[in-house]
Amino acid sequence: MLKLTPFHERTSQLCEGESWQDWSGYLSANAYELDHSHEYYAVRTGCGMFDISPLYKYHVRGRDAMALLNRMSTRNVAKCRVGQIVYTAWCDDDGHIVDDGTIARLGDDFFRLTTAMSLLYWLEDVGFGMDVQIEEVSEEQGALAIQGPTSRQVLQQLTPANLDDLKYFRIIEDKVAGVPVRIARNGYTGDLGYELFMDADDGLAVWDALMEKSDEYKLRPAGHIALDMVRIEAGLVLIDAEFMSATHAMYPIQRTTPFELGLDWVVNLKKDHFIGQRALREELARGRAWTTVGIQVDVVALEALYARFGMPLMLPYHSWIDAIPLYADAGKQKQIGKATSGTWSPVMKRYVALARLKPEHAKVGSGLHIEMTIEGQRFTVPAHVVETPFFDPPRKRA
Amino acid sequence: MSEQYDAIIIGGGHNGLTCAAYLAKAGRKVLVLERRHLLGGAAVTEEIFPGFKFTVCSYVVSLLRPEVIRELELAKHGLHVMPLLSSFAPMENGDYLLTHPDDSSNYHELRRHSKRDAEMFPLFNQMMYEMAHAVKPILATVPPDPSAPGLRGLRDLNYLRKHVQGMSKKSFHCLTKLMTMSVSDFLDEWFETDILKSLMALNGIIGTMLGPKSPGTAYVLLHHYMGELDGAFTAWGAQQGGTGGVSEAIASAARSHGAEIRCNAHVERVLVKNGTAVGVVMENGDEITAKVVASGCDPKVTFRNLLEEKELPDDLVSAIDNFKYRGSSGKVNLALDGLPRFSALGNDGPAQCMAEICPDMDYLERAYDDAVYGGFSKRPFMDVEMPTANDPTMAPPGKHVMSIFVQYANYALDPYETRDAQRDAFGNAVVDTLADFVPNIKDLILHKQVLTPWDIEQRVGLTEGNIFQGELTLDQLFFFRPAPGYSDYRTPVKNYYQCGSGTHPGGGITAGPGRLGALEILRDGNV
Repeated sequence: MLKLTPFHERTSQLCEGESWQDWSGYLSANAYELDHSHEYYAVRTGCGMFDISPLYKYHVRGRDAMALLNRMSTRNVAKCRVGQIVYTAWCDDDGHIVDDGTIARLGDDFFRLTTAMSLLYWLEDVGFGMDVQIEEVSEEQGALAIQGPTSRQVLQQLTPANLDDLKYFRIIEDKVAGVPVRIARNGYTGDLGYELFMDADDGLAVWDALMEKSDEYKLRPAGHIALDMVRIEAGLVLIDAEFMSATHAMYPIQRTTPFELGLDWVVNLKKDHFIGQRALREELARGRAWTTVGIQVDVVALEALYARFGMPLMLPYHSWIDAIPLYADAGKQKQIGKATSGTWSPVMKRYVALARLKPEHAKVGSGLHIEMTIEGQRFTVPAHVVETPFFDPPRKRA
Repeated sequence: MSEQYDAIIIGGGHNGLTCAAYLAKAGRKVLVLERRHLLGGAAVTEEIFPGFKFTVCSYVVSLLRPEVIRELELAKHGLHVMPLLSSFAPMENGDYLLTHPDDSSNYHELRRHSKRDAEMFPLFNQMMYEMAHAVKPILATVPPDPSAPGLRGLRDLNYLRKHVQGMSKKSFHCLTKLMTMSVSDFLDEWFETDILKSLMALNGIIGTMLGPKSPGTAYVLLHHYMGELDGAFTAWGAQQGGTGGVSEAIASAARSHGAEIRCNAHVERVLVKNGTAVGVVMENGDEITAKVVASGCDPKVTFRNLLEEKELPDDLVSAIDNFKYRGSSGKVNLALDGLPRFSALGNDGPAQCMAEICPDMDYLERAYDDAVYGGFSKRPFMDVEMPTANDPTMAPPGKHVMSIFVQYANYALDPYETRDAQRDAFGNAVVDTLADFVPNIKDLILHKQVLTPWDIEQRVGLTEGNIFQGELTLDQLFFFRPAPGYSDYRTPVKNYYQCGSGTHPGGGITAGPGRLGALEILRDGNV
């Protein structure tokens, strides 16, 4: 029996196709309408509202709170100022990634983590003997992400806080719709957006107030299908897509390091010791086995392949998560990696994917070949390495 | 004489801008000259009433080529086309037809009207998909002239022959019917529900001075079916901020590659020396030279206004003079103080982004009859778009803009009326007819803009106000567009090219002519 989020009373009324999935043990909507298109476009042209309550949330308080998080995190949490948020990864001793998530510094000795996986035992182990209080608030707090160009305008109608002053990856506490809410300026869509955290009991008040403005600001509830399309456009990695947690992997081949994920910018090898630091230093010295980059599939070539079957170009209607072979050559003699998730981007008219590649094949502009099937027959289609984020509007940071 | 450009594009409509962007991307020094104060031609957004942005002329995006969006990186330059997934058609008896993007919901909605039609509908779509697939390669091809094919023309003709030969007999017969029948007769072979047929017939008559019972209109249905968005056929979209946003995105892409774009720059004529275009002469007499010149204007302007007759062979002159424009539609744009309510949906019905006033087939044909000899339909067909149902950028919160495409409005006046009187009467007929379906509309109107075909011609320079730069009828398509022998974007004047909707593949916001024109210019290698 899956749990219900604080917003279920509303989301269940709106979910036309009763299309749900299990997100960390909670019932979570795939799409509210039968067709996800409006929800996808809402994020890029209006505002999409996601119920992100199933995220795991932890409060870490105490004199050693910073020390604990710094010991765990690949980034230097000491540099995170009060009111700031950092995206980070954490690893096991061998430098294999356990999970990624955000750390928000709410006070000098008070931090909040959001994670994809439950993390309590890990925090307790890492903090053994330290002066910290670790509290899981996953069930006590509801969370909504409002993402898209009108998200600031609609939220500004409901809060006395001046949102123009709230910069990218910053967090404040204020009232929204009259109830206390932590407003974080970040998200998982690569667009202008906010994440709102409130007491579970206050959730519906915030939801209702936002929905009250939905017509005016073109805000609409959105589900996983739209979310996965926009997170790929934003070039963001996902657990169980681009990587498997080292704590879930059964076999060495399933483990991944932050460098292999292309997350170099979140690994600070110069900071004080953190778990996995030595292994990551060694990895960097000997050269990484893999890296993760963006690729773009040549749809003109794909169209020509379809034409051989008397078919027009067929493109995926939503994103996929899979492991698709990538080759250096059209003849499939040399495999150089795999595509891990991909989507046709309706906004950009580009077929893009995240891919794990041998580093020597991962330079921007490098050509490669991706395996695809048409009516069960295998082909390779030309593709090339491109910059990520695939889609990066200036409003995200503005 | 001033600075030397590689290419001058006359007309900053979306096709002219597309041509400029492709040439600039290929490293050429490009200058775009637009007569008006703003870019876009018929694809413009203007703030006609404070706080309300109107898509003054063209209002939806259908056939915008995906390769143009991708190759010019238009998303990065601000292109955001939101899909229009359903259409709503109220009936005079208070019922309605609301199409859905998903097949199952659509089936149940159609079943309310006819069980048989609900089952026929997917079969019809299957057939139209096959037809559209068969015809689609033609859209991406430079039309070869079958009467005088060169080597390349023979290759292209052979490709098309093979393509058509690959069709099943059944499809081939169907294609022949599509090319000869009226849209009304064609749909009668498939369906019994009048509102379904009249809703589908719209695509056959939009932009032409033909009624749904006129032969040849069935093909235009197919032309619209090819509207390709994301590889999914028949999907329509609305650009955020109006169609002007499409033009702005293309202009931004052109500028990013170094193109120079000037507004308020009225080109008087093309400068021709020894049968070769060498630049343009501006209205004020200034001359600007360039290695090639391309016109995004319609065929009449391109050949008859911008060139002297002596530069053209006689057969082309008569072909261009015979090219049919016959603007058949007007626009009424409204600024609204609140949400318009369709009586068919009740008082708390949801906002409709698209609604079609086409209650039955006879209504459409009668609307045509009214306007055949001049004047306008007393009860016109209306394609009503309210972008503010999805788009937050076009009106203040809680307010709306409504763009009403109205057919038929004859370019030729009712002989007993003045232009101003006719415009007023036309605007009133539109609002009165709409009020039959949207009772609260008159109370909401803050501002009304009315454009007859004549106004469209005056405003954006489209001859006789034809929205496609010439009717999309079979005799004016493919190698006939705009004239036999001149469908390959070239002209009898060396280094003078066409890149507007008056060329293949035709009108609508496709950017196809602009792209194909630019590729031909580059292929010739004179620049």
